[in-house]
Amino acid sequence: MRRFAVLLVLAAVALAVLLGAPFVGPTEISLESVLQGPRAGGAARIFWTIRVPRVAVAFLAGMGLAVSGMAFQAMFRNPLATPFTLGVASGASLGAAAYLYASAALAVAWPAGLPVAAFCGALAAVGLVYGLTRLRKGFATDTLLLAGVAVAFFFSSLIVCLQYLSDPFDSFRILRWLMGGLSDTVGYRGVWTLGPLALLGSALIGSFTRELNLLTTGEDLAASRGVAVGRVKHLLFFGASLTVGGVVSVCGPIGFVGLMSPHICRLLTGPDHRTLTPATLLFGGAFLVVCDTLARAAFPLYSRLTAGALDYTEVPVGVITALLGGPFFLYLLLRGGRRAT
Amino acid sequence: MTPLLEVRDLTCRLGGKPILHEVSFEVQEGEFLSVLGPNGSGKTTLLRCLMGLVPFDRGRVRLAGRALSAYRRRALARLASYVPQAMGDAPEFTVHAFVLMGRYPHLSPFTSTRSEDEAAVRDALQATDTQRFADRTLPTLSGGERQAVYIAAALAQGARLLLLDEPTTFLDPLHAANIGRVLAHLNRDKGVAVVNVTHDINRAALSSHRVLALRGGRVAFHGGPAELMAAGVLESIYGKPFLYAAHPQNGRPVVVPEEAQP
Repeated sequence: MRRFAVLLVLAAVALAVLLGAPFVGPTEISLESVLQGPRAGGAARIFWTIRVPRVAVAFLAGMGLAVSGMAFQAMFRNPLATPFTLGVASGASLGAAAYLYASAALAVAWPAGLPVAAFCGALAAVGLVYGLTRLRKGFATDTLLLAGVAVAFFFSSLIVCLQYLSDPFDSFRILRWLMGGLSDTVGYRGVWTLGPLALLGSALIGSFTRELNLLTTGEDLAASRGVAVGRVKHLLFFGASLTVGGVVSVCGPIGFVGLMSPHICRLLTGPDHRTLTPATLLFGGAFLVVCDTLARAAFPLYSRLTAGALDYTEVPVGVITALLGGPFFLYLLLRGGRRAT
Repeated sequence: MTPLLEVRDLTCRLGGKPILHEVSFEVQEGEFLSVLGPNGSGKTTLLRCLMGLVPFDRGRVRLAGRALSAYRRRALARLASYVPQAMGDAPEFTVHAFVLMGRYPHLSPFTSTRSEDEAAVRDALQATDTQRFADRTLPTLSGGERQAVYIAAALAQGARLLLLDEPTTFLDPLHAANIGRVLAHLNRDKGVAVVNVTHDINRAALSSHRVLALRGGRVAFHGGPAELMAAGVLESIYGKPFLYAAHPQNGRPVVVPEEAQP
């Protein structure tokens, strides 16, 4: 069974990545110092309060984005669908931009404000898209896609407006947030925020593997086979929104993982969502951890030069995901892919 | 005896446009009904109404004595299956995997495939003569092969009523004849009732028990094949003259193309 072999390899790779990634970074960390526990200070402290939560958030985010992208691609029968297709990312970005603008203008700062504002923005976008679709009765896929695109454009112009109104420093903070990244992850708050949302959303999507298979053959056919298409789509939509809302509120919009991971896994395991879903979860998680580790490790000198000043000297992880994933995906495409299972 | 399918005064509008108007007919258990009619006469919408895929405004549809609206999707799928019009892009599933997906209404969410599901798939592949390419993926099949696979999947569903939307329209004569043979086999030997939307008047006249014809969303004809071929009937359905000839094998009337006037 080739599919199970692929799953096994992916699981082993994901485990290796999870165990290895926290040891990579500007500061050398030895196994002995880590075993002293987080209270030991020094390297152990960096390991337990910065590296481990960051790797955990990266894995959860990559996993959630990938599986949401997979669900949208199946649901819309559109290979270009991403977790951000329905405007979730632009909603979150608008929330974050509004918070950054307002906190600068009012000179108040609330540490949890940014993720909360981003999450509210994501929910607002989802609610708006969903509401627009409801207005037209039914839950037509094309309407949903178009409404998502329209809302995304609308929110993007609002963000540009806010940037224009902000002073250059705040404008740059907004821009930097829009690039997405994990460099702000310190401590476990991100893990506790994202963990439940990503796990719940992914589990919800993962409970519909047969339905996802049938949806890829067409909605009419799925319905005629006994799938309650409307209800399943609502729940998939809900699961993906929870997940993606959680991800963007903690890490900002990280592109590419959600678009490419499902395609890469489809080339590896075939189109059956019963194996594709676990493969996508593992691949997406491991892939983002690797990319974030590169973002952290590839420029240690540069960030050391500015250490203590500004924290955006790391390359945004979205840049790495695209730089790494793009060529790999092209390679898989050009190789012709081992279709079928 | 209660008919398997009973349609009374079915009226359906889509986007404010009337598509079907007071359509009434019945399908008995094991009956082969062909549905004819010009393009845009509402044939596809009729099938979609019968599968509960579009809501209808008035009238009632009863399946095995129960109102269509009283069925849950799964229960409906165990009774009636549907082969939509040929679709452009096929997903990358293997034929076997795709036909197995027809067992969906019989599977509970947490069980895996049982031996009876595998048996149903094997039977369906055999009945449609598609077991030869069970391991190939759908996009690698020709149109005719793919159509047979869609029928196999509908068959694996285990339904007593099979609704087909123009299964032979895009097929060459050989493959169209194959599909015709498969449908006749299912109907005669497996007792599956068939509602087959088609433009093939001759095949409808030769191989169905009854024929329903729609024109402008209304029933233009409902009766046996002999009545269909009576003078003036086809003309009233399609609004064009037809030439008739006797079938060389059995002498029954068939339509033949006119020679183009110089």
